[in-house]
Amino acid sequence: MRGYDRSRLALALAFAALTGVATAAVGQGITEDDLATLRKTAVVDNPEPPVMRPQGNTDLRQVRNYPEQPPVIPHKIEGYQVDASFNKCLTCHSRTAIEESQAPMISITHFMDRDGQFLASISPRRYFCNQCHVPQHEVRDPVENTFVDVDSLLQDGQ
Amino acid sequence: MWSFAKRIWTTLRRPSAYFSLGFLTIGSFVAGIIFWGGFNTAMELTNTETFCVGCHEMRENVFAELKTTIHYANRSGVRATCPDCHVPHGWTDKIGRKVAASKEVWGKIFGTINTPEKFNAHRLTMAQHEWARFKANDSLECRNCHSEQSMDFTRQSLRAAEAHQRFLVTGEKTCIDCHKGIAHQLPKGVATTYPQDRGDQAADLKTYLSQ
Ligand code: HEC
Ligand code: HEC
Ligand code: HEC
Ligand code: HEC
Ligand code: HEC
Repeated sequence: MRGYDRSRLALALAFAALTGVATAAVGQGITEDDLATLRKTAVVDNPEPPVMRPQGNTDLRQVRNYPEQPPVIPHKIEGYQVDASFNKCLTCHSRTAIEESQAPMISITHFMDRDGQFLASISPRRYFCNQCHVPQHEVRDPVENTFVDVDSLLQDGQ
Repeated sequence: MWSFAKRIWTTLRRPSAYFSLGFLTIGSFVAGIIFWGGFNTAMELTNTETFCVGCHEMRENVFAELKTTIHYANRSGVRATCPDCHVPHGWTDKIGRKVAASKEVWGKIFGTINTPEKFNAHRLTMAQHEWARFKANDSLECRNCHSEQSMDFTRQSLRAAEAHQRFLVTGEKTCIDCHKGIAHQLPKGVATTYPQDRGDQAADLKTYLSQ
C-alpha cells in the first residue's frame, strides 16, 4: 500500500517537474505529515471517524439562505425509495397528495422543463429530489462557514 | 401387489386379537400426538427465516432489501423476520397462508420466479396480494408488534403523530395504506392514490435518462 502511494507520489512529482510548475518543495522532499490536509491526519493514515449523528427530524422548515436555495429537508428520509420505479417523496409532496400529508407542494419550478414550459406533472429533471434537497445532521462544521446572508451584506453596506 | 393390499385390508378389518383396547386407545393417542407434533414441527420449520431465504429468489431480492431497513437492524435490537410479517399467528389463518405460500414454492420449482427478471415481472402481482391481505386483516401482522394503543404520539415525530391521529386512530386507514414498501423496494407501476405524480413517470424518465 505504502509503496504504491509512494510511487504514485513520485509520478505526480515527476509530472509537476516536467510541466514546470514544480516548486521549491520538490527539492526538499515532502514528508507524509506535510500532506495532512483538512483531514488533520497524514494521507496514509485513517483518522478516527466522527460519531455518526441521526438525521434531523424536527419537522420545522428551515430558513433559506438565498431565494434560489433548494430548501433543506426538515425530516428524516432514511429508507425513502427514490428510483425509476417509485418516488416516495411524491407520495406527500405531489400536487394531489398535499391535502392528506399537509406537506408543502413541490413548487411550480418543478413542473418546468428546461425551455420553461410547464408540464402536467413533475419534470423528469426534478424527479431525483436528493440531487438538490438534503436532510440535516446535528454536527459541528468541519470548516468555519464564512457565508454572509444578503440581508447582512446590504445592512453592512449602508 | 394386489394380494398384499388385500392382506393388509383383512388385517385391518379383523378385530384385534393381540392388543388390548386400552393399548390401542393410548397407542393411537400417542401416535396422534406424534403426527400432530410432526405436522406442527414441519410448520415451525417452514416458519423460519432460514427456510424462507433458503432459496436464492428470496435471498437475493427481498432479503437483501430487508437488510437495509429498520426491521433488520435498529436501536432496540428487535428483529422482524419474514414470517413475522407474512404468516398470521392464528392457526387456521396460518394454514391458509401456507397453502397460498406453497404457490410461491411451486413458482420456484416450476420456474415462474426463478430468475431476477421473472421475479421482477411477478413482483407487482405478489406485492398486490400482500397489500390485499394486509388491507383485509387490518394489518394484523404489523399490529402483532405495533399497537396503536401503545403509541405515544408526543414521542413521535410531528409528521407521524399528525398522520396517525388523523387517519389511524379514526380507523380511516390501516398501516399498509401509508407504509407500503416498509420492508422491500417497491416495484414499478404501483397503483397509488395519486398515480399522476408517482414513479409511473418512468416512461418519461427513461427517455430523459437515455438522453
Ligand atoms: C410522509 C410524508 C412525507 C414524505 C414521504 C416526504 N416528505 Fe418532505 N415534508 C413533509 C412535510 C409534512 C413537510 C413540512 C415540514 C415537516 O412537517 O416536516 C415536509 C417538508 C419538506 C421540505 C422543506 C420544504 C420547505 O419549504 O422548507 C423539503 C425540501 C422536503 N420535505 C423534501 C422531501 C424529500 C426530498 C422527500 C423524499 C426523499 C420527502 N420530503 C418525503 C412530508 C413528507
Ligand atoms: C434541480 C434541483 C431540484 C430538484 C431535483 C428538486 N428540487 Fe425541490 N426545490 C428546488 C429549488 C431550487 C427550490 C426553491 C425554489 C423553488 O421553489 O423553485 C425547491 C423547492 C422545493 C420545495 C418547497 C416548495 C415551496 O413552495 O416551499 C419542496 C417541498 C420541494 N422542492 C420538494 C422537492 C421534491 C419532493 C423533489 C423530488 C420529487 C424535488 N423538490 C426536486 C430544487 C430542486
Ligand atoms: C417482529 C415485530 C414487528 C413487526 C411484525 C413489524 N414491526 Fe415495524 N418495527 C419493529 C421494530 C422493533 C421497529 C424499530 C423500533 C425502533 O427501534 O425504533 C419497527 C419500526 C417500524 C417503523 C418505524 C420506521 C422508522 O424509520 O422509524 C414503521 C413505520 C414500522 N415499523 C411499520 C411496520 C409495518 C407497517 C409493519 C407491518 C407490515 C410492521 N412494522 C411490522 C417491529 C415490528
Ligand atoms: C395516514 C397514514 C398512516 C397510517 C394509517 C399509519 N401510519 Fe405510521 N406513519 C405515517 C407517517 C407519515 C409517518 C412519519 C414518516 C415516516 O416515518 O416515514 C409514520 C411513522 C410511523 C412510525 C415511526 C414513528 C416516528 O416517530 O418516527 C411507526 C412506528 C409507524 N408509523 C407505525 C405505524 C403502524 C404500526 C401503523 C398501523 C397500526 C401505522 N403506522 C399507520 C403515516 C401513517
Ligand atoms: C416488516 C414486515 C416485513 C418483513 C419483516 C418482511 N416482509 Fe416481505 N413484504 C412486506 C410487505 C408490506 C409486502 C408488500 C409489498 C411492499 O409493501 O413492499 C411484502 C412483500 C413481499 C413479497 C412480494 C414481492 C414484493 O417485493 O413485493 C415477497 C416475495 C416477500 N415480501 C418476501 C419476504 C421475505 C423472504 C422476507 C424475509 C427475508 C420478508 N418478506 C420480510 C412486509 C415484510
